[in-house]
Amino acid sequence: MEAEHIEVLEFIKRFPPFNELPIEELERLAQAAEVGYFKAGSQILEYNQTINDLHVIRSGVVEVFRHTGDLYNRLSDGGFFGEAGLLRTGKVRFPVKAIEDTLVYFIPGGEFNRLYDEYEAFADAVEIEDRERLNRAVSSREGANDLMTVPIATLISRSPVSINETATIREAAEKMTTEEVSSLLIVANADTVERNAVNSSEKQEISAPIGIITDKDLRKRVLAVGLSEQTPVREIMSTELVFVQHNQHVFEAMLIMLRRNLHHLPVLKKNQTMGVLSLSDVVRHESKSSLFVVSSIFRQSSIEELATLVEDVQASFVRMVAEDANSRMIGSAMAVIGRSFKQRLLELGEEKFGPPPVPYCFLALGSMARDEQSIVTDQDNAMVLDDSFDPELHDDYFRQLAQFVSDGLDACGYTYCTGYIMATNPQWRQPLKVWQKYFSDWITEPTPESLLHASIFFDLDGVWGETEFANTLNKLIQYRAQRSNRFLACMARNALNRTPPLGFFKGFVMEKDGKQNNSINTKRRGTAPVADLIRVHALAIGSQQRNSFARLEDITEAGILPPGRGPDLRDALELISMVRIRHQALALQQGEKPDNNVAPSDLSDFERKNLKDAFQILSSAQRFMRFRYPNG
Amino acid sequence: MFYLGSDKLSGNDSEPNGLKSAAKQLIANGNDWQQRFLELAETAKDPRLKRFYQAGIDAGITNPNARLSDIPLLSIDFETTGFDPSKHGIVSIGSMPLNLQRIFNQQAKQWLAKPRRSLNTESIVIHGITHSQLQEAPDLLDILDELLETIAGHILVVHYRGIERPFLDVALRERIGEGIEFPVIDTMQLEARMHRAKRLSLWQRMRGQKQVSIRLADSRTRYGLPWYHPHDAVTDALATAELLQAQIAHHYSPETTLAEVWC
Repeated sequence: MEAEHIEVLEFIKRFPPFNELPIEELERLAQAAEVGYFKAGSQILEYNQTINDLHVIRSGVVEVFRHTGDLYNRLSDGGFFGEAGLLRTGKVRFPVKAIEDTLVYFIPGGEFNRLYDEYEAFADAVEIEDRERLNRAVSSREGANDLMTVPIATLISRSPVSINETATIREAAEKMTTEEVSSLLIVANADTVERNAVNSSEKQEISAPIGIITDKDLRKRVLAVGLSEQTPVREIMSTELVFVQHNQHVFEAMLIMLRRNLHHLPVLKKNQTMGVLSLSDVVRHESKSSLFVVSSIFRQSSIEELATLVEDVQASFVRMVAEDANSRMIGSAMAVIGRSFKQRLLELGEEKFGPPPVPYCFLALGSMARDEQSIVTDQDNAMVLDDSFDPELHDDYFRQLAQFVSDGLDACGYTYCTGYIMATNPQWRQPLKVWQKYFSDWITEPTPESLLHASIFFDLDGVWGETEFANTLNKLIQYRAQRSNRFLACMARNALNRTPPLGFFKGFVMEKDGKQNNSINTKRRGTAPVADLIRVHALAIGSQQRNSFARLEDITEAGILPPGRGPDLRDALELISMVRIRHQALALQQGEKPDNNVAPSDLSDFERKNLKDAFQILSSAQRFMRFRYPNG
Repeated sequence: MFYLGSDKLSGNDSEPNGLKSAAKQLIANGNDWQQRFLELAETAKDPRLKRFYQAGIDAGITNPNARLSDIPLLSIDFETTGFDPSKHGIVSIGSMPLNLQRIFNQQAKQWLAKPRRSLNTESIVIHGITHSQLQEAPDLLDILDELLETIAGHILVVHYRGIERPFLDVALRERIGEGIEFPVIDTMQLEARMHRAKRLSLWQRMRGQKQVSIRLADSRTRYGLPWYHPHDAVTDALATAELLQAQIAHHYSPETTLAEVWC
């Protein structure tokens, strides 16, 4: 007599997508189902494993994860998972873990796929759940922490170190010591290869490593058991090599390490071993995220300690570039880091010198205020003091505090500003009313000379203290600037002081007068004039934004540029910024001091062509600006 | 399974009264199922029983060192008209094969049987099986071939060993003149090990402390398993199979040997 599966049937018919099915199908499913129990904490599905069943939770709670390891969803009674894999690749896309003791009913994949095809309502019910997940996936993509997108190859910094299988353990240990590696690949003896090889192509395959030894093997298989150091390494090597491909994601490698309890994975590229990925590489990679840097800034308690983070800042910059972050993401991440340094230094300064005698606001100026900071940057800052400020009584305090912060920033890689735009300069350490007069004078009585070095003050951001002072100044700028044609004309004229080159010719930078240069300063000739130009338009329309891309959106919306020029300018800025950023990241990776000077020979044909286009866009935008804000 | 009164659920290690077979001695002899199956394969007269023992030997279910992960398991439940195999009879049987990862609904089986002894109405109501269904049901003898074939080569899993083994033994004695013996894993006994290792002290009893219930439904609750309607043979077999998976996951491992859990 055929068994009736009352409990399974009664359960599944209550929940979508099964509640869409006729009773005969439900009976058939209950009959075909399998059941399994998972203790709290156990892994139910692992990333990329083969999946054969739809999983329905009868009781308990599971958590569904992203590739990145971030929590993605939590499901309980009646929830189902595994459908994405069943409908597409047959591989698990979202790992699942039981967080309470969980009983699962397994619906065979064949049945699930058949029902999905035959019953529209069933498919719809599955899709609804699926689409919700997709939405979640898309919305979280931006700014995702990208173990998911980093290929393993980016973590491989050296070619593999190997030794012949006949070498002794001692020789292997010596090689590991001199090469400073924690693992050694073992290759077959040439004789063995010759003897076994039938043809040359096979020979090549055999020359792949046949085993691996690690520090741990030397400890456990040699020292602990008193094995002679003259024993051939092949006696102690692990022959179960687990290879990963160079273009697999770091995340996948990490899962393999966890699953197989391995700490070293040889990495293949075109069937050649290109290196060995170790667990410590993965851990080091993780510690380079910019979030990690920011959190460690606030844990340091002296300038000396803060200065030790410079390498971490550089590493997180390099990492963002490697992960294909765009210039806006990188610029704002670096600005957040810079701002955090200032905040921590001010915190430490107030501990050292006591609480401020009158309220004050510490300002960031220029690229930091615009969220467009790069790794090569000086410190541009200022202080706005409360109007009750009395220089006789209070200035000692603020002078010392400013000096402390400025010295600290210098120690952390933000060099002193050559134009002396720093809070240590008494001129830029003034009460609010003085600052208001500065801006009123600049705007209402402008001359190109008075504004020559002032443009940096029109990108200001309060980072510490009474940030309301900064808001007051920004409102003043926003209100007055757009009403003063003379001011806009002077700003526009100054913005034309720096121009892009004409293009490239052979290995040289072509200037308009026909001169040829060996390199181009990507800041002075590229990103700075674009930012200047965008600032003028932004002031003219009273935009409240400070970031160049955000300002450009406002400008495009305001319709003051000829059609299509806004997006062109945006692309030009992105391109020039990225050339500059990549150049700096490359220098850091090669252990050189990063700068802004790019030689045409460092650029690919593609980059040269695009850069030339970007320069032309900038040139014509400058011509338009001259016309738009004529001299009053 | 049949409803078990609290007096039957002491969980101590004595087999119920109804069991008269050699199985009782075996327990005292340290569960030497390997030896016992070899003897029985020789001495059993009924060819079906001979095949049953031989299949058990071939499947390795008598090897005390076999690991749970390597052994075919079959959860089985009898619905009976009472607890005493000499007075009561079997009315339905449900069986459900499993391993430590999965329970296989697809291969579940269910039989109704018409008991030779009088039916008491009360027990029928409990099982949800009607008189007319039972009137039409075959005698156990008629389904014996299929039943033995199904259970052969498996370690049987039951909740409370006092029902299935003795009832089948007695039923066979009555029908074919010889009984049956086999090892079982008793999920109730595994639960008793966890919760009845020590008797409550006088003090604890005076304080009104109660023994932890090791009934099927209560045991399942401790492992986060859902409540199932009782007294349907297939459902009870499923419930017992799930409980075993949960017990292994929490207290044992796939490497646990049969010797550690059978009786």
